[in-house]
Amino acid sequence: MDKVYTLGIDIGSTSSKCAIISDGVNIESTHIIYKGAGTDGMDIVVKEALEDLNMEPSDIKAIISTGYGRKSFEAADKTMSELSCHAKGASFIFGPIKTIIDIGGQDAKVIRLDDNGQMQNFVMNDKCAAGTGRFLEVMSNVLHVSLDDFGKYDEEAEDKAPISSTCAVFAESEVISQLARGQDVRSIIKGIHQSVATRVAGQAKRIGVTPKVAMTGGVSRNMGIVRALERELDVDIAVSDNSQLAGAFGAAIFAYEYYLKSMKGD
Amino acid sequence: MSNVEAKPVRAKDLLGAIVANHYQSAWDAKNAGEKVGWCASNFPQEIFETMDIKVVYPENQAAAIAAKGGGERMCNTAENNGYSNDICAYARISLAYMDVKDAPELNMPQPDFVLCCNNICNCMIKWYENIAKELDIPMILIDVPYNNDYEAEEDRIAYLKGQFDYAIKQLEEITGKKWDEKRFEEVMEISQRTGRAWLEATGMSKYEPSPFNGFDVFNHMAVAVCARGKKESAEAFELLIEEFKQNIAEGKSTFRGEEKFRILFEGIACWPHLRHTFTELKEAGVNVVGTVYADAFGYIYGNTNELMQAYCSTPNAISFERAVDMRLKAIRETNCDGALIHINRSCKQWSGIMYEMEREIREKTGIPTAIFDGDQADPRNFSEAQYDTRVQGLVEVMTANKEAK
Repeated sequence: MDKVYTLGIDIGSTSSKCAIISDGVNIESTHIIYKGAGTDGMDIVVKEALEDLNMEPSDIKAIISTGYGRKSFEAADKTMSELSCHAKGASFIFGPIKTIIDIGGQDAKVIRLDDNGQMQNFVMNDKCAAGTGRFLEVMSNVLHVSLDDFGKYDEEAEDKAPISSTCAVFAESEVISQLARGQDVRSIIKGIHQSVATRVAGQAKRIGVTPKVAMTGGVSRNMGIVRALERELDVDIAVSDNSQLAGAFGAAIFAYEYYLKSMKGD
Repeated sequence: MSNVEAKPVRAKDLLGAIVANHYQSAWDAKNAGEKVGWCASNFPQEIFETMDIKVVYPENQAAAIAAKGGGERMCNTAENNGYSNDICAYARISLAYMDVKDAPELNMPQPDFVLCCNNICNCMIKWYENIAKELDIPMILIDVPYNNDYEAEEDRIAYLKGQFDYAIKQLEEITGKKWDEKRFEEVMEISQRTGRAWLEATGMSKYEPSPFNGFDVFNHMAVAVCARGKKESAEAFELLIEEFKQNIAEGKSTFRGEEKFRILFEGIACWPHLRHTFTELKEAGVNVVGTVYADAFGYIYGNTNELMQAYCSTPNAISFERAVDMRLKAIRETNCDGALIHINRSCKQWSGIMYEMEREIREKTGIPTAIFDGDQADPRNFSEAQYDTRVQGLVEVMTANKEAK
């Protein structure tokens, strides 16, 4: 029997992620591009993922789009929220989990799952950028340190500079003041991570944190944040090289379920 | 002679006419040289209804201005005058209106006095004090302290009764009009009738499907705010009940499309984005069947003491425990599948308790919840994309819950 290929695309505010899977379980191709909603990023990742498999769009049985830019992807059969897609994708990556912390470019969410991996409830950040990837981007620009190096700098830090502001603009001033006082950049980065972790942990505590906890979203690549969150919540947090693709995986799995339902005529 | 039959009068039209007439009669009174007041939404309207004193409601005007797209302009005006954008947008719009005296969205006469009652909002005292000071006009205050007990006890009722009597005396001096005890009895009776009809009509959302679109309540409530003591209001709400009964009998609703999900909408409407907030829900088949508004303006009492107690029981004056029970009752009576909670940047008093309220709702009912940021009148405090994601997430959990049943 021929394989059934489905595609999930997660169009975030700063990046687009695409996953093609077969029969709802096998990862066939994935791509990430650091161009988000409102750019041609979504078309590029889909094109690249299809090229990997030497496939045409017509070979894909169903497509679900998710993320901030989900409504702009016209080829999608359906859109789903990134909440459900991260829940589904994280269960796929990590197995049975109860709590997901997803920090993306412009939002932070904590999702609770039931024993079946079904999303039970969620909390998201308010309109403020504190505790999101955007906050870290601003800090990266101020410090002239690539976000990719934040985790390493954090690990090397001997102490932690206090960053008390949660507002990105105020925190920027605070960081500049710390630099002017000669504070070590690594300590500042560790302080920034603590600031984000405190904010997100507050959100997580509102909904309740039950192990096993996993982290998804682009910020999960930053081990400094992961460690700060583990300290703040006193819990181990699972991460994976595929964490950033959780939303796209979830969307691709939902697309497979959608395909099966449509075959049954539901 | 035309053969065209007259269309039956609809409650919606009557309610619209009552609001229009409410503003027109205030203009007429002003033009005739009478004193006209600006009044807080939950001030005991039985007082000025008895004395035939015309008042208009800045909260209602601000909501109308915001719903018609004038919120940002008016907020900017107030901010340019030195008011912080952290204060309530209704207050900013009202303070701006006091200054510019014109809003094409909805004009109303300038005040000769202000009537403030802090049972709906304690911060409102400063808003009204500012108007009184700026315009050099009298302010009448009825102070309803926050009730940390479940019910308002005798001492609080006595405190309110004393203020009630003093407010009447002040109004007699300001307007030259006289208090009439017999008329007061009549007004209480009409207000009761209106209150009962309002509660019965809004309570009909317990039927499945609900006979009406929950967002209708946001519109109809203008009459419950502005004209509770008028016979026409009671009659219009009674007609609304009949229409809803007919809808129930015929399986119809003013909610267009299938009612797939039923939710509690917590908080004040996001007036500047009413269409978007409604459309996103409607497209997913979500009808609002529970609101706190319904109970907020349904004053039920049998005598003057109970009237005082009723005014101590507005949503923002009651204890947290009672506020939780109010939501739980609405959710259970209307069989809600979920709750959508508006964290309203304008209303610190209402929104401040919402994180804990959300936890209580979630844990005591087991229904999923979603929280969104918005504002009752400042359009800058709302993001469509953020709202859409939260609503879609809520719908997805409600869908999974239904499929699991």
